[in-house]
Amino acid sequence: MKDIDKSFRKDTETEFPLREELKPRSVTAPDGQVIEIDPLQDYFCQEPPKVHKQSYFRIVEDFYNWARAHSLWILGFGTGCGAIEMRPLMTPRFDAYRYGIQWRPTPRQANLLVISGYLSVKTLKRAIRAYEQMPQPKYVVGLGSCTINGGMYWDSYNTIKRLDDYLPVDLYIAGCMPRPEALLAGFMDLKKLIRKGKAEGANKYAENFDWYKANQKSVIKDWDMPDYNW
Amino acid sequence: MSFEWVQIAYAALTVFIVINYGLIMTAVVQKIGARVGGRYGIPVWQNYIDLVKNIALRSKISHGVMFYLGPVFRLTGGIGLLLFVPTIYGSVMHQNFAFAGDLILALYFVFFGTLGMALGAGESGHPHAAIGVSRGLAQVTAAELPLALAVFAISLQYQTLSITEIVAAQQGGLFNWTLFTNPIATLAAMFALVGTMMRAPFDVVVAPQEIPIGPPTEYHSAYLALMQTNRVLFPVAKTVIYMNLFFGGASNWGEFAVKVFAIYMVSVLVGVVHPRFRVEQSIRFFLKWGLPVGILAILVV
Repeated sequence: MKDIDKSFRKDTETEFPLREELKPRSVTAPDGQVIEIDPLQDYFCQEPPKVHKQSYFRIVEDFYNWARAHSLWILGFGTGCGAIEMRPLMTPRFDAYRYGIQWRPTPRQANLLVISGYLSVKTLKRAIRAYEQMPQPKYVVGLGSCTINGGMYWDSYNTIKRLDDYLPVDLYIAGCMPRPEALLAGFMDLKKLIRKGKAEGANKYAENFDWYKANQKSVIKDWDMPDYNW
Repeated sequence: MSFEWVQIAYAALTVFIVINYGLIMTAVVQKIGARVGGRYGIPVWQNYIDLVKNIALRSKISHGVMFYLGPVFRLTGGIGLLLFVPTIYGSVMHQNFAFAGDLILALYFVFFGTLGMALGAGESGHPHAAIGVSRGLAQVTAAELPLALAVFAISLQYQTLSITEIVAAQQGGLFNWTLFTNPIATLAAMFALVGTMMRAPFDVVVAPQEIPIGPPTEYHSAYLALMQTNRVLFPVAKTVIYMNLFFGGASNWGEFAVKVFAIYMVSVLVGVVHPRFRVEQSIRFFLKWGLPVGILAILVV
């Protein structure tokens, strides 16, 4: 059962017009100079994501993948109830740092986006922006059954059901909620995927960019950002 | 100062050793912090992996020319600071490019990286970067005041501007160190050490929970790798100056490792027991406590 059916589709142009502050306008500076401002064009890059090739030599790529696997930087971005299961990983009891897992405050420096539970449509918008700002290669982990099939929010009016329709998920951790041990085990599995060179979600996203955008736009009603947010 | 081409190879060797020392030392310090907190902590080689990982990232974006140059300036500040002071006293190989007026140049290089970073972070266009940079410049300026005064005090005391001669004057026993011959200047300089190490209580510049993480917010992949290199090199280079000026310098790498670690731990220990200052509090702190001690140091000399 997909989210993208007729009942979800909205006529966004008329029902949700662009917010006033995002419309193109001309502003007069104090010194009399007139400046044309188009917020959606000026502040963002409009270029679609590219497919990045692997290194020419297998051994170099393997070495890089080894480094990527042992230096997972998670974006400190919590959605749903799973965000609370991530915090104990920093504490003495679980201590994820010993596996090279760290939390970074900005998407530019993170490699791993953990969608920690149900994702409301409003948060999906922010998750997409955060995901697109992360540098390649990047990984997405879906945490809990809400990201797999909607879980207990299956017939909710405002959450998405399958995360994989909107962002390329590398790994799911099942449960409601999975315990921190399950998270650690999941990260270990992700490391194995990265070592094997199978975690190429960012390239998958770039290849099927139109499909992902169409899915995203079909649920996000007030799409007031450019198609690609660098 | 005579110049020979082999000095360049020697200097590169010094930089290589110091970067590796810094990578391991900062990881060890983090590990100590983790063990105190009851955690196992990161592996000591984690910094190397992070560095390789950041270089290996595939996509890089730029915000302009200064965005490229910011980390380069920052690293230049660190390497310049290291290369113009003698790392190992009495060693031909690690004397670097020390010359008669290197004390003044070192004072300049301490500030150079911050200025470069200000330009680079300003170009990134992120509001958090701008806030971080303005905080950083204000705080570093205030923290440099006691250091500058302390440096003037000891150059008056030893009647020289050459770090090599200052180290030479401190040889021959523990009580010849500036720490004991001029404790007030040392105290004033320690204010600056704690203030510019980017550790609590003076780490409001990066403040990860408040302005995700200040000036480097937009930096990623290889840019970040350059800044990480500087992040391990610069504190060591700064500590080398302190070691030379106040703690008798080092005559071999073993002494270097122990002394740099001990001086670095001063800022760490201060950091773990004090909560973070707001920027106006820290500036007020330096003007109220650091500056009078610095002036007193000059008056006593």
